[in-house]
Amino acid sequence: MPEQSNSVVVESLVKRFGDFVAVDHIDLEVRKGEVFGFLGPNGAGKSTTIRMLCGLLKPTSGRAQVAGYDVGRKPEAVRQNIGYMSQKFSLYNDLKVIENIRLFAGLYSVPARELQSRIEWALTMANLKGQENLITGTLPGGWKQRLALGCAVLHKPPVIFLDEPTSGVDPITRRQFWDLIHQMAEEGVTVFVTTHYMEEAEYCNRLALIFRGKLVALGTPSELKHGSMKGDLLLVECEPLGDAVEALQSVPDVMDAAVFGNSLHLVVRDAEAAIPQLQTYLAGRGIALTRMEKIRPSLEDVFVSLTTGREAAEERKP
Amino acid sequence: MTEPLQSAIVAQGLTKSFPGVRAVDALSFDVRAGEIFGLVGPDGAGKTTTLRMLAGIMPPDAGKATVAGFDVARDPEGAKHALSYMPQRFGLYEDLTVDENIRFYADLFGVKTAERNTRSTELLVAAGMSEFRKRLAGKLSGGMKQKLGLVCALIHRPKVILLDEPTTGVDPVSRRDFWRILYELVAEGVAILTSTAYLDEAERCHRVALLHQGNLLFCDMPANLKAKFGKGVLSITAPEPRRLRTELEHAEGISSLLLTGDGLHLVVDDAHRRIPEFEARLRRANIPFDAILEVAPSIEDLFVDAVETGASQHA
Repeated sequence: MPEQSNSVVVESLVKRFGDFVAVDHIDLEVRKGEVFGFLGPNGAGKSTTIRMLCGLLKPTSGRAQVAGYDVGRKPEAVRQNIGYMSQKFSLYNDLKVIENIRLFAGLYSVPARELQSRIEWALTMANLKGQENLITGTLPGGWKQRLALGCAVLHKPPVIFLDEPTSGVDPITRRQFWDLIHQMAEEGVTVFVTTHYMEEAEYCNRLALIFRGKLVALGTPSELKHGSMKGDLLLVECEPLGDAVEALQSVPDVMDAAVFGNSLHLVVRDAEAAIPQLQTYLAGRGIALTRMEKIRPSLEDVFVSLTTGREAAEERKP
Repeated sequence: MTEPLQSAIVAQGLTKSFPGVRAVDALSFDVRAGEIFGLVGPDGAGKTTTLRMLAGIMPPDAGKATVAGFDVARDPEGAKHALSYMPQRFGLYEDLTVDENIRFYADLFGVKTAERNTRSTELLVAAGMSEFRKRLAGKLSGGMKQKLGLVCALIHRPKVILLDEPTTGVDPVSRRDFWRILYELVAEGVAILTSTAYLDEAERCHRVALLHQGNLLFCDMPANLKAKFGKGVLSITAPEPRRLRTELEHAEGISSLLLTGDGLHLVVDDAHRRIPEFEARLRRANIPFDAILEVAPSIEDLFVDAVETGASQHA
């Protein structure tokens, strides 16, 4: 395998389906040993990109290299050097644990002389030693997940793709799973995660957000939280909430006002200027304010701001 | 809110076992009109079983469910008329259009044509789906399908709505649309019980019940739950989170330490005492970090802490 420090290199990648541009000149690089998160709403071009990176779909133009191989010219080599795991479809529930492992070892052509040691390794990694004969469908969620991961990496791929690997599992199991992922990354495996589950995105070293086929943000989770929201986020507690939303939606400096549980979330251009103005404004309308302060946006706030902001901008175009 | 606060849903000691597992264990809570109540917990916590018992499609082993004043076991027809239940896989007909699906459900619930037309227009606008009326349901994205399911479930103006993980697999933008519709409904006095496996979604509910293995861990308003959490939560951003973890792993006062993508998330006994201690320690060890911030506990912090310390509080 060619030696290099970037495990995934994407240059001006394009995929068209007829007139529709699903992926529109994407550039990105993922370093060896990095946990990289790829986010985007449904239909943004996420799956199309992944399918190209996994060597399952030919790019229309541009270039992508995974584990040193060009996805357009050497899709076979790409597929031999990656692992893929999705929360939903990875395992055969009516097979035993050991049968699933053997099946995947066969699919990934693990050489016979390495087979036994790889099986041992997978069982140890997944903490399933002594459970080889259990039927997979009867395993608790967290065990299944570790087994799925073990199966996906039996052939020691340098790059693994994870699709919402921990959606729906309890937080403790999820934390243990991500510890395992970070350990693998520490050993040099590159991990490419796709999700629209923001709790998973927090575990990634860097994140890319794709929208309408284009990359709209790239950075660490805290860079995105600090730098990419258009405006500041305010938390407002007041009574009555319904009247307040309606009143606030018509204030020009309020870019967005939405109910959030027992409070409101507002997006304003500048918190310092807006807070005193809004306090006076609400008081003038008989709305009792108990709290108004600037809060740190969550990744979800950033995600929504970047995707809906652009949608609005494009609609305004003639 | 126009209606008086009253319990639209009452669960009293609901219990259900399946071979080898107690799926729901003596669960009690109530949901008021005009309230969004969240049943929050991971897969297997008992959320779906609870909703099925409330919807009258699965009899409980013990306990009682009341919906809109109707005892679900004794008067299932009365209850069914007042409620709408949206299971995880709502039965949309993929080869019918959006409009045709809505019409089908309207007929099923006996909604008159004029009423159907106003109601569906109103709901489709709220869902941001007006331009897709002629599209086949099978050609909609996952988020759109969920929203269409909700529109169909609401066509007969039910007083009580039971939603089973309506936002699973839905992207954050559609999820927000979905919640906007729910807030509009509760403003009209509807009671909503929704389940979710996304713990962060609990923050959007007026009150939440946190479920774990069929048991109730907490039941309260999210803000109250956070206020009652007797521990501090710290977030440290750093270029090399792994080095940070190695240094702080065995430091005093930490009850939970989590490696995130670009730092650490810690639960400590006393934030004000530990922040300067940790800062000094990291400087001594020459480990770069951007900042140590005290942050509000998330629902996930509360959940993990409750499960790990085995503290469950039965309401």
